[in-house]
Amino acid sequence: MGSNGHHHAASTKATPDSAIQASGWGVGLFFMIGFAGSLLAGWILFPEMLYSKKKQPIDFNHAVHLETVSDGCDSCHYFEKDGSFTGMPDLSKCVDCHESAQTGNPEEIKFVDEYVTPGIEVPWLNYSKQPDCVFFSHAAHVMGAGMSCESCHGDIGTSEHTRVYEENRLTGYSRDIWGKNISRLGKPEPGAPLPMKMNDCAKCHEEKTGRKGACFQCHK
Amino acid sequence: MKINRRNFLTYTTAAALGGAAGTLLTPVPWKLMDDAAIWTQNWPWTPVPEAGPVSYKPSICTLCPGGCGIYVRFSGNRPVKIEGMKEHPVNKGALCPMGLSGLQYLYGPDRVRSPLKREGKRGEGKWKKITWDEALAAVTEKLASLRKLEEPQSVACITGMEGGTLPSLIGRFLTVYGSPNLMRQATAQDAGAQAVFLTQGKQGTPGFDIENADFILSFGSGMLDGWGAPGRMSRLFGARNTAQRFIQIEPRLSDTAASANRWIGINPGTEGALALGLAHIIVKESLYNKHFVETFTFGFNDWNDEAGVAHTGFKALLEGYGPENVSRITGIQEALIKSLAREFAGSSRPIAINGRGKGALPGGMNETLAVHALNALMGNINKTGGLYVIPELTYAKWPDLGMDGIASRGMRQPRCDGAGGDLFPNSRFLLNRVPTLINTTKDGSPVEALLVVDANPMYTLPDTAATRKAFERIPFIVSFSSYMDETASYADYILPDHSPLERYQDVPAPAGMSHQVISLAVPVIKPLYDTRHTGDAFIHMAKALGGFIEEAFPWNGYEAFLEDTLQGHWRILKKKGVVEIIETPAASDRFTFNTASAKYEFYPTARAGTGKRDSDVLPAYAPAILDGDEKTFNLILIPCDSIRMAGDHMASSPFMTKTVDDTVLKKQMTLVEINPATALKLNLEEGGKALLKTPKGKASVLIHLYEGIMPGLIAMPRGLGHTAYSEYLANKGTNINELMGPIEDPASGLDMAWGIRAQLFRV
Repeated sequence: MGSNGHHHAASTKATPDSAIQASGWGVGLFFMIGFAGSLLAGWILFPEMLYSKKKQPIDFNHAVHLETVSDGCDSCHYFEKDGSFTGMPDLSKCVDCHESAQTGNPEEIKFVDEYVTPGIEVPWLNYSKQPDCVFFSHAAHVMGAGMSCESCHGDIGTSEHTRVYEENRLTGYSRDIWGKNISRLGKPEPGAPLPMKMNDCAKCHEEKTGRKGACFQCHK
Repeated sequence: MKINRRNFLTYTTAAALGGAAGTLLTPVPWKLMDDAAIWTQNWPWTPVPEAGPVSYKPSICTLCPGGCGIYVRFSGNRPVKIEGMKEHPVNKGALCPMGLSGLQYLYGPDRVRSPLKREGKRGEGKWKKITWDEALAAVTEKLASLRKLEEPQSVACITGMEGGTLPSLIGRFLTVYGSPNLMRQATAQDAGAQAVFLTQGKQGTPGFDIENADFILSFGSGMLDGWGAPGRMSRLFGARNTAQRFIQIEPRLSDTAASANRWIGINPGTEGALALGLAHIIVKESLYNKHFVETFTFGFNDWNDEAGVAHTGFKALLEGYGPENVSRITGIQEALIKSLAREFAGSSRPIAINGRGKGALPGGMNETLAVHALNALMGNINKTGGLYVIPELTYAKWPDLGMDGIASRGMRQPRCDGAGGDLFPNSRFLLNRVPTLINTTKDGSPVEALLVVDANPMYTLPDTAATRKAFERIPFIVSFSSYMDETASYADYILPDHSPLERYQDVPAPAGMSHQVISLAVPVIKPLYDTRHTGDAFIHMAKALGGFIEEAFPWNGYEAFLEDTLQGHWRILKKKGVVEIIETPAASDRFTFNTASAKYEFYPTARAGTGKRDSDVLPAYAPAILDGDEKTFNLILIPCDSIRMAGDHMASSPFMTKTVDDTVLKKQMTLVEINPATALKLNLEEGGKALLKTPKGKASVLIHLYEGIMPGLIAMPRGLGHTAYSEYLANKGTNINELMGPIEDPASGLDMAWGIRAQLFRV
């Protein structure tokens, strides 16, 4: 033991301290490099990597449809007699008008050729899809509380093109659920859809009803 | 600043620390944590209900004889929920916990998934999967061999259903085969049916127009504990019509008693005496319906028969039931007996109802007759707010039976339960007598082959040990159960039926309903497993037996049989699911009775016969003689029912067991209720362990102190203590049938037990 320790002390003596030991400046610099790098990666690179970008199967124009239909959003997104909400219309509803192409619009022609004629449901990507463990009633919010579609879904009715669908690679859900803003700080832009995490539901419920609500209201 | 081999590690560490510190100021850790949690929800093995459009299919709940209407909610092709049917006349939307959890009887792990043949010893649980052809051939072969030996009467069949065409089909099978031994476990409804036959001469079940009565006097019937059709009862008593007076008489403060206007504690088993005591006051004070009694009844006053022999009437019988005597028997104060009688008679539409708890035990015939007599005294027979008779359905006529000598001789043999014989001419089946009759047979067993359909006698029959001993002596047992229940697990063959949601079943005369409602349960889903409708199995066996037995079954399956049998009703049933028959007979027909005297008989002449004294015929108070010596067994054990537990052949669902309080079942042990005063005497404490002993058996129990039970009594929940089924049901608590035996009613042969003597020790 003693001889080993002696040998060690002798070898360190051979080179000057300043060259061997890490300088305080150096440590600080590398710390800052790591710090700044991770900030950049976390705020810019990470969201880019977390979400894959997908295109809707058809570039749907809400604005055009809303001009043509008589009943606003309800024309296609309506309640069944039992109060259940149809959500995205299925092909049979679209076929009511689009049995054949109405215009020369290439997207419409594509829609008729690829889906209507062979009778295949359009695999729309749902920006607001919630996990199976969540029970959400449109009737309670729209018919009960008199809320408009826009109050959660934003100005989707005036959009002329479908947005890019950003899918969380881990969870498979849309980026809209978390919210466009990765930090979830501040308010969404006017007209943008509202984030739909559980805390968002609870926050609104607390503001409007005074209570966040019980677990089993949504988790049946 | 030079980077070299020696300071490289330090700088790297610094960069890593910087990175870590920086990362904490980015959304990365928080976002990833949240996403990881959601990622776990979407693992491919996490069960997620099938997605798909929501739809509803109507049907009828057949888990109990209540016959409530249901809607099965589907998500895509998968049933996901059961709801009460608002437009069904029985339940009008209400449903009990058993009905609500009905899907667990479809998906549950205790389903028998294919025909099985026993491999190991009986009850060992070793089975061999066999095909339907093999299973049916094995049973048919056994039946054919017993016919060859000219002993068709040694085949017996136990069914569970109280009505419907399946028992008729099986009865037809047994008749043409040559056995009179079709049985089921009698309930209070059967005792009621016999009382209706004795007093009114009609074959049918009693229906109580509770909806329109203004005074309801219940002799222990568990209106909210599962009596009658639970959907109807929870609708009527869950939110009670406050204009109705409702008096509950029973020794324990049940959920039903708690909802009553008044609960009157009574010494257990003395309800018949109280009914006679009330009748005594009503007659003595001339409060009865004189028009009805004088015009439409027989045997109220003393009378002389054709030979000029004088007989005692009902009125004379009542003389022995003055308030002083009845108060001594029942433990109810004289003043209360008097005021109760006056209040009952003073109401415009009073109704008296019996059948303890859910009505699982029939009780003594005299007790039932005494309660029916109260309704007759007030003339509340076949009229609004009163006691109706729901006549047995007359089905379409089936082709005549051709039978050979073997079958005819077999049918002439006395039944193996003694029902319909010299001893008990008015009883149709007495399954409660069978274990003793088998066990006391010297050599072999009077039953060579037993077929069990929709029944679980090894759990539901009182005195489990004796039942098991008797079943050990039956050489051939076949269960048609859809579930691995106690009887199925002890059988030699299991030929599993479809589960209730997978099969057709017609449900006439819902328990206790005041008018006829026929409903049709339809298969809402294709069978999940390799099961077969028991009706189809019997038709198949008839065809395999060949000859005149085959000819008796010209139908190609149960559905065809059902259609042919229900005739006119079938089309309506297929379309609407329910036929409601509300007959309001003309005043003249209403009081037409089919008895010997063509009147309502207070003195049931059908009970009279050679050697019978008037006191045997009139419904005198005849207490059940409880097993056990009063000094050793110084307490009395009574069963208690709850809507959250099922004690019948359809056992509780896992969901129901979850709803049971920890004052009923705790860590696999049953809690028994005793009064704190009793506990003090026995040095027992809340939650303490005790040994409960009766002349029939013993069990380890926990103690629950309850002010709502009379001192000297022990109440034990019915429906626990299964030994078969899956882990959700097995080995939870004690089956009260292991501790209680049947008591044969000398008047009817029915089980008149309501309890047993017991002792309780601290351990």
